[in-house]
Amino acid sequence: MIAVVDYGAGNLGSVANAVAKLGYEPNVTNRPDDLLNAAAIILPGVGAAGHAMDSLERLGMADVIRRLIHEKRPLFAVCVGLQILLSSTEEGGWHRCLDAIPGTVRRLPQGLKIPHVGWNQVRQRVRHPVFEGVPDQANFYFVHSYYADPDDTLAVAGTTDYGLSMCSVIIRDNLVATQFHPEKSGNWGLRMYHNFLKMSLGGGN
Amino acid sequence: MLTKRIIPCLDVTQGRVVKGTSFAELRDAGDPAELAAFYYAEGADELVFLDIGATPEGRNTTVDIVERVSRQVFIPLAVGGGLRSIDDMRRMLEAGADKVTVNTAAVLTPELIKEGAHKFGSQCIVVAIDARRSGNSSEAKWQVCTHGGRRPTGIDVLSWARRAVDLGAGELLLTSWDADGHRAGYDLELTRAISEALVVPVIASGGAGNLEHLYQALVIGKADAVLAASIFHYRTYSIRQAKAYLAERGIPVRTEQ
Repeated sequence: MIAVVDYGAGNLGSVANAVAKLGYEPNVTNRPDDLLNAAAIILPGVGAAGHAMDSLERLGMADVIRRLIHEKRPLFAVCVGLQILLSSTEEGGWHRCLDAIPGTVRRLPQGLKIPHVGWNQVRQRVRHPVFEGVPDQANFYFVHSYYADPDDTLAVAGTTDYGLSMCSVIIRDNLVATQFHPEKSGNWGLRMYHNFLKMSLGGGN
Repeated sequence: MLTKRIIPCLDVTQGRVVKGTSFAELRDAGDPAELAAFYYAEGADELVFLDIGATPEGRNTTVDIVERVSRQVFIPLAVGGGLRSIDDMRRMLEAGADKVTVNTAAVLTPELIKEGAHKFGSQCIVVAIDARRSGNSSEAKWQVCTHGGRRPTGIDVLSWARRAVDLGAGELLLTSWDADGHRAGYDLELTRAISEALVVPVIASGGAGNLEHLYQALVIGKADAVLAASIFHYRTYSIRQAKAYLAERGIPVRTEQ
């Protein structure tokens, strides 16, 4: 079962549609038990990180997600989903986050249009099954005003230039996280989900 | 480097895509879901659906279209036309839209922008502004029009754009009423004035007749994205041709898919 975490944020439908398009059955859920039983989990995200954290805490899912990451279970986090993996965010003052990836989420530098909206290139810094068949410097769709700044640069699996070279992909064990939206990034985005699901379920599809 | 977006716009009424001149004299341009799938395959960077009938029945049709399209098309979808409340916005987002555009309702009730941004995030809220040049030099250069361009409000476009961004708009969709449908080029002065004044991305709209016009809107108008309808609907140019043209002239565009 592929769990798509529902914590009241939007764009769950898009993620579920992408999973269905790839031939898997998505289970959009807000029940911690479903996450524990899932073969793979997608943590989508739009909106404010502080709000997302509050919702996950309230639904009793924050601790479950921390535990699953600790157990190296397959989890794909998207956009705000990536941001809340870090220790804290500057968005809306200061908010404590999941602290699975030590580091801070910061505001994009001034001087360029904010939010960063549109298709931008991802430079792959590691070889990893999730990138299989995806060319280096392929374009993905971004929409965000804050970016993740992990303390450990080894966690940074992809970078994107927008006023600075920022972390756009995090990979650690079976945890994959992207600042861009794979479900809105055409074929390359679908390919990354496909690779992740194949990797998680240990078979083809 | 962030690429410039090419966005086909599907004006929908009674379940069909239509296109007119200065928001009138509509011609049929095809089935929305079919056109959407076609543009996706061609490399469109995003799609905008505008329900130009803006009736309650039209809204149900739009929900159906968005649901169908979002199952097959994996690029951002923005939907607008007659959205008047948070519930209207929520319905579109739940149907599969990534962004909603608000126009008349936002002018009448600016708090709608703030509330929408608070509920769904600024990235969801595109404020569409229909701008009309003033004949009188003592007035503001462009004034905001509502109700599909029919009703001039006397509100200065620049000050309204600033207010919309302050309230939480994540992008502006700026349409020149004067240029729309005439295929004689975007209102470059308008596009540039708004794009330079505001920190959020500006989508230029209204007037594209050839590929040079897209180039001008991006370079002279400093737009972040260009929206066009008839040049794509009537196959005057393909998305692919548009991108090749821009890429040859040094504009960063997404060409691979």
